[in-house]
Amino acid sequence: MSPEKMVRMANQIATFFKTQPGQDAAEKVASHLRDFWEPRMRAQLKTYVEEGGAGLDDAVIGAARQL
Amino acid sequence: MKDFIIPWDDRDMGTPAKEGAPVTLSIDGFEVTVPEGTSVMRAAAEAGIQVPKLCATDSVEAFGSCRLCVVEIEGRRGTPASCTTPVAEGMVVHTQSSKVRKIRKGVMELYISDHPLDCLTCAANGDCELQDMAGAVGLRDVRYTAPGNAGLANHFEARNTSGEANAQWMPKDESNPYFTYDPSKCIVCSRCVRACEEVQGTFALTIAGRGFDSRVSAGGAADDFLSSDCVSCGACVQACPTATLQEKSVIEMGTPDRSVVTTCAYCGVGCSFKAEIQGDQLVRMVPYKHGKANRGHSCVKGRFAYGYATHRDRILHPMIRDSIDEPWREVSWDEALSFAAARMRGLQEKYGKKSIGVITSSRCTNEETFLVQKLTRAVFGNNNTDTCARVCHSPTGYGLGQTFGTSAGTQDFDSVEHTDVVIVIGANPTDGHPVFASRLKKRLRQGAKLIVIDPRRIDLVKSAHIEAAHHLPLRPGTNVAVVTALAHTIVTEKLYDEAYIRERCDWDEFQDYAEFVSDARHSPEATEMLTGVPADELRAAARLFATGGNGAIYYGLGVTEHSQGSTTVMGIANLAMLTGNVGRKGVGVNPLRGQNNVQGSCDMGSFPHELPGYRHVKLPEVRKIFEEAWGVEIDPEPGLRIPNMLDAAVDGTFKGLYCQGEDILQSDPDTKHVAAGLAAMECVIVHDLFLNETANYAHVFLPGSTFLEKDGTFTNAERRINRVREVMKPMNGYADWEVTQMLANAMGAGWNYTHPSQIMAEIAETTPSFAGVSYEALEEKGSIQWPCNEAHPDGTPLMHVDGFVRGKGRFIVTEYVATDEKTGPRFPLLLTTGRILSQYNVGAQTRRTENVVWHDQDILEIHAHDAENRGVKDGDWIRLASRSGETTLRAHITDRVSPGVVYTTFHHPDTQANVVTTDYSDWATNCPEYKVTAVQVSPSNGPTDWQEDYAAQAEKARRILPAAE
Repeated sequence: MSPEKMVRMANQIATFFKTQPGQDAAEKVASHLRDFWEPRMRAQLKTYVEEGGAGLDDAVIGAARQL
Repeated sequence: MKDFIIPWDDRDMGTPAKEGAPVTLSIDGFEVTVPEGTSVMRAAAEAGIQVPKLCATDSVEAFGSCRLCVVEIEGRRGTPASCTTPVAEGMVVHTQSSKVRKIRKGVMELYISDHPLDCLTCAANGDCELQDMAGAVGLRDVRYTAPGNAGLANHFEARNTSGEANAQWMPKDESNPYFTYDPSKCIVCSRCVRACEEVQGTFALTIAGRGFDSRVSAGGAADDFLSSDCVSCGACVQACPTATLQEKSVIEMGTPDRSVVTTCAYCGVGCSFKAEIQGDQLVRMVPYKHGKANRGHSCVKGRFAYGYATHRDRILHPMIRDSIDEPWREVSWDEALSFAAARMRGLQEKYGKKSIGVITSSRCTNEETFLVQKLTRAVFGNNNTDTCARVCHSPTGYGLGQTFGTSAGTQDFDSVEHTDVVIVIGANPTDGHPVFASRLKKRLRQGAKLIVIDPRRIDLVKSAHIEAAHHLPLRPGTNVAVVTALAHTIVTEKLYDEAYIRERCDWDEFQDYAEFVSDARHSPEATEMLTGVPADELRAAARLFATGGNGAIYYGLGVTEHSQGSTTVMGIANLAMLTGNVGRKGVGVNPLRGQNNVQGSCDMGSFPHELPGYRHVKLPEVRKIFEEAWGVEIDPEPGLRIPNMLDAAVDGTFKGLYCQGEDILQSDPDTKHVAAGLAAMECVIVHDLFLNETANYAHVFLPGSTFLEKDGTFTNAERRINRVREVMKPMNGYADWEVTQMLANAMGAGWNYTHPSQIMAEIAETTPSFAGVSYEALEEKGSIQWPCNEAHPDGTPLMHVDGFVRGKGRFIVTEYVATDEKTGPRFPLLLTTGRILSQYNVGAQTRRTENVVWHDQDILEIHAHDAENRGVKDGDWIRLASRSGETTLRAHITDRVSPGVVYTTFHHPDTQANVVTTDYSDWATNCPEYKVTAVQVSPSNGPTDWQEDYAAQAEKARRILPAAE
């Protein structure tokens, strides 16, 4: 998928979990991605993060490191 | 023989059943005990004694007009009508005294004196209650004739013998495509009028005139049935005792000779019908009164719109082609399946195991869906399976799963009879779920209150004899803000049910939640500017819901199809928990499912992350069950969802798709992207009744069978598993489950199911919520609501009765986040989409029926203010453009939508409303944001270039070479 679409989808997930009580947004994002994103989507995200992760929410970057 | 089903006791008991304390009476010497409030007529029927009757039928309340059902009761004067006389303890009734027999004969003689005696050539011959009653009372002569010197004193002769017109005679009204109204045969029993009021709730019919001039009339004086408010539900036709209201199919074909009880294949209400047939010819579909979803009612689609099943467009032979530029070639099943199997295996060898997948059908049976997902998990060796629920109720699965512990709707449809306050949010039941809407309207007429939350003024807001207490016309995309503001009001005004929350829910999470919603930024006053909903109206609605008694929430795709769809579902669950409205009759959270078996397709493991029964593929103990049953290893990683499949196709890593009974090119958003994804695939197998839009990009076409042509089960929105029974043999040769099995076997699976009941047995063995389900149990009980297992052997009409499935109900914080889809100077209006009563989904079925008389094209609804600014007049062609694409259609100016909002349907491929919708989606599930698209509307002369290119490509892609000799 296009990087813009991936960034938007990942950030949407982060936006939700960051509104929830607790300090573990990145962990929750990672768990959501593991449960619902197919491996090639997660791989694309990880590569994107390794290449700088432009435009990604901090929680997504944190999550990608846990994947 | 499986297909000869004798319905359970289907007699007309005369008047509706009642609930009450037992009362014992004697009828013709037989003792019978019935609930208090029951009529003498019904009590007699319970004892097996039929009292003659004409104006009474058990779908409507007694009326007492025909006087045929008179009886004698010891100790009472006169001859009371048994239909309107309630039973009393110790009553002694005589139904066949010489006195009442004489009265009945006199009454019948009067009726028959004004009735044409053309019984032999009448369409109702053999199916006419007037005929039956004339026989039952022993009528032998009719002594009444018009005096020689006067005009004709009847309603049935057009002219007298001198050729003078009879002013009382009226011609047949044939305007409705499915039934006729022949006033000459009418006995003015009012059953049709009462059915239209009591059963359907449309009030389209009335009795015009008085005395001898009394006539059934649809709409006003100048109206016929088609131009009146009639919605063609068929309730009047069902109620009519004569040929006055008669199906055209019966007029043409004659009376049916047998019937099979089956389940409608349209919406998620899942009505039970009797398919009435002659041999293998379907004569008519009649709503089945023991159907627990519909209780004898129907809508225009299920009752009449089945003509697509035998439409000339149906493809009955398999076809293949090497590339989509070529015309189709008809081939044998063997050749088509080997071609498909070789291509799919070839793709896996070249591009990897995960390069192919399936889309299961929400229109096919549970058994068929189970096999399609099994095909991908056990034969393809991956989890690339998805279904149309992705684009409709996937947020329900996620949202209710998180809050309650299961995605299941909490109630049965009967529950609405106990509801005091209803919230309908993002749903248009009178169009989308008409039979449920009729049941809801009945309850509203009894005094229940209604709150409608919808950008559009749907019919429920105000129509005959019902009016919403509050309509909150929110701006599309602001559901979360409105739902959270409702919760703010309930929490800050302390209207919540603390005892319930303490007992049933996680108290700590509630406190976090209460603190969150209490913040002033969630108040109705603070969000009014954003949502467009007046704060005082919203507060009043919240107070009504919290304090008005049993509160139930019904919602549809106007909730789910948003970038915050899942969040809104959680917000709805929060509201229900806050007010203590889950776990008993009359309350609950009720997702109105779109398609006939979308509930079932989700239950059957169609989602890429879940095995049947909503169990994540990551769980080894769940995989083990299926690995042992199927003898394969199951991939522990989630597969691709539909939008992800299309993205992967464009990226070149997803190459082959088996798509059963689903038209993603028309139904999925951002048509251009879908087309690009399909075009990038090397093997698209479409398994369908028709060359649908997706088939324009297919390489293999496998002909499908209709719901009339196979055995199986559908699961409706109440989790009710209903039987689908074979009425006729598949015209294409095979039921869909057989086709999937042949494809699997062509790929080496070695399956050998010989009947869908064996597939259900496999489902029951592997899926705990279905453990008690079998075809034998369904024959015995009629239908079963899952979970059905050792703990609930008869199924589960109400969920969460003794506590939530997950343990403690969980309140979840629902912060409003604006969608990225924003209006601006280029696209200043918000488009929202929906559907209409007469058409269904992509219209593949209903467009191929007479239903097109009600809706032959998609229309854009626009407010007069927006139309005037743009120089658009009612009926003009307009161009509708978004950042994704543009199309043209005609405009209708209306105040149903607010200024700034436009609305259309997506039933017609030549409009293709989805070329305009975007690829934005729900954060949790990728459910597309169909309901919010920023658009511009401008005058237009005709189709856009895109529409012309699309039509040309479709025409080219649908060419079929003549079969080789």
